[in-house]
Amino acid sequence: MKNKIKLTTEEVKHVAKLANLDLTDQEVNQFQEQLSEVLDYVEILKEVSTDKVEPTSQVTSLENVLREDEPGDSLSQKDVLSGAKKTHEGRFQIKRILNND
Amino acid sequence: MQLNQLTISQAKEGLKAKKFSALEITQDCLGKIKSDNPKINAFLTVCVKEALLQAKKADKQISKNIDDKQALLGIPIAIKDIFCTQGIKTTAGSKVLADYVPVYDATTVKRLKEAGAIILGKTNLDAWAHGSSGENSDFGPTKNPVNQDYVPGGSSSGSAACVASQMALAATGSDTGGSIRLPASFCGVVGLKPTYGRVSRYGVISMASSFDTIGCFGKEVKDTAILLKVMAGSDGFDATAPDLPVPDYPKNLEKSLKGLKIGLPQEYFSQGLDSKVKERINQIAKSFEKQGAQVIEVSLPHTKYALAAYYIIQPSEVSSNLARYDGLRFGADRSFFGPEAKRRIMLGTYTLSSGYYDAYYLKAMKVRTLIKKDFDEVFQKVDLLLTPVSPTLPFKIGEKTQDPLQMYLSDIYTVTANLAGIPGLSVPAGLVDGLTVGFQLLGPQFAEEKLLQVAYQYEKNQ
Repeated sequence: MKNKIKLTTEEVKHVAKLANLDLTDQEVNQFQEQLSEVLDYVEILKEVSTDKVEPTSQVTSLENVLREDEPGDSLSQKDVLSGAKKTHEGRFQIKRILNND
Repeated sequence: MQLNQLTISQAKEGLKAKKFSALEITQDCLGKIKSDNPKINAFLTVCVKEALLQAKKADKQISKNIDDKQALLGIPIAIKDIFCTQGIKTTAGSKVLADYVPVYDATTVKRLKEAGAIILGKTNLDAWAHGSSGENSDFGPTKNPVNQDYVPGGSSSGSAACVASQMALAATGSDTGGSIRLPASFCGVVGLKPTYGRVSRYGVISMASSFDTIGCFGKEVKDTAILLKVMAGSDGFDATAPDLPVPDYPKNLEKSLKGLKIGLPQEYFSQGLDSKVKERINQIAKSFEKQGAQVIEVSLPHTKYALAAYYIIQPSEVSSNLARYDGLRFGADRSFFGPEAKRRIMLGTYTLSSGYYDAYYLKAMKVRTLIKKDFDEVFQKVDLLLTPVSPTLPFKIGEKTQDPLQMYLSDIYTVTANLAGIPGLSVPAGLVDGLTVGFQLLGPQFAEEKLLQVAYQYEKNQ
């Protein structure tokens, strides 16, 4: 019998922290089950011998695509800030992200 | 005849002969959207004012003379709501971007506009293009226009449904694992996923960057050829779009099938495939034989590992791409992600995390090499492959929403093209049990011209 993969609640919570997602207890339980099922399914890849196989990260074999280093048109400051909820003197205004305590 | 029922080619001819105006076509499309969209939910945003204004401008241009360089002058189309459109809300189907208004156009949108196309609006999709049914949209599911109890397929659900229900003459889509081909098959329209990099991805909100491919939907093969010619080609904003010449796809459609070798990969016809779909694909193979092509059985031995490799690499890239949405500069914060986006972020974060990277991500990338090699070898023997698009007929709304793995299995015949970066075309193959079904043609990288030629011959003989 194959051992079924089962993520622990702690693992799910740890991954959520890495991904900066706040999950409810219900979501943690649901993901624990659903992610385990998907991880169990992908175990099938263990059947494939890949010892001498190079990984493929891109498919069209392009290399070193460069352009002349010349400045072109860019967005105006007003445009760049147009989606921001809060701005301050032409900059993004955000909540403090580091605590001093 | 209502003008919204025209194909692009018919509309172009009629406009040139001054049988009707761009304004009239646009008004008929907007009328159809007004009457049918509340039921189908294909459009998230309809640009009535802008579309009418653009139509009037096009008519002015046409009254002077039709410039052949503007291949889409006066043609109303729809844009999947994952393509950035300057000044028009772009949501990616997610509440995170519910009020996001881009300050620039995606390269494809820019090219379509320059070709004279009129943008009717933005179409519904599974949020962030994550889904096979259209049900993952944060703004409600799109319904299948053929039968509204059924899903239209996803993720480009609204684009396929709006073309099938004659709300737009054509539409754009993006395909990361089947998101153009599956809804095209489920709605009965033509859906083209080009080679990776053939069309610039710039300004299309990223899902899984090594798979994301930009393409289109049309009512007939020629319309997708016209659109591809406009959209394809290198772009200074996307280094993965190679500087290769763009063939004149619509002009070169006419080519006999004599001497053509079409392969049937046996792994795509094994267990799990609906017997009625299988029977229909075999009929299509016979019709190609009648037209002079040689059909032979071939093998792609690593097919059974494709979906597993895809569902490791894709969520990994998704988790990385969606990491940028922090709500600080635009959009809402991460609590606004829907369940499927969260699921994929979680899965991808896990498979990329310390201690698991080699076992999952690296392993999947190696298997990807083997899948690509299978295709390289098979295309030494045959010109094209003929396969089903989906293992099943369209399914009912709600049928698979509680079981993500079952939903993922809908992509089993489409993800392979994204893993290998090859082009795929979904072509309507008629009705089975009152629902539409399509067949898929796959070819070597940059063989779009051949796919379109073969599909065009099939269509002509119907």
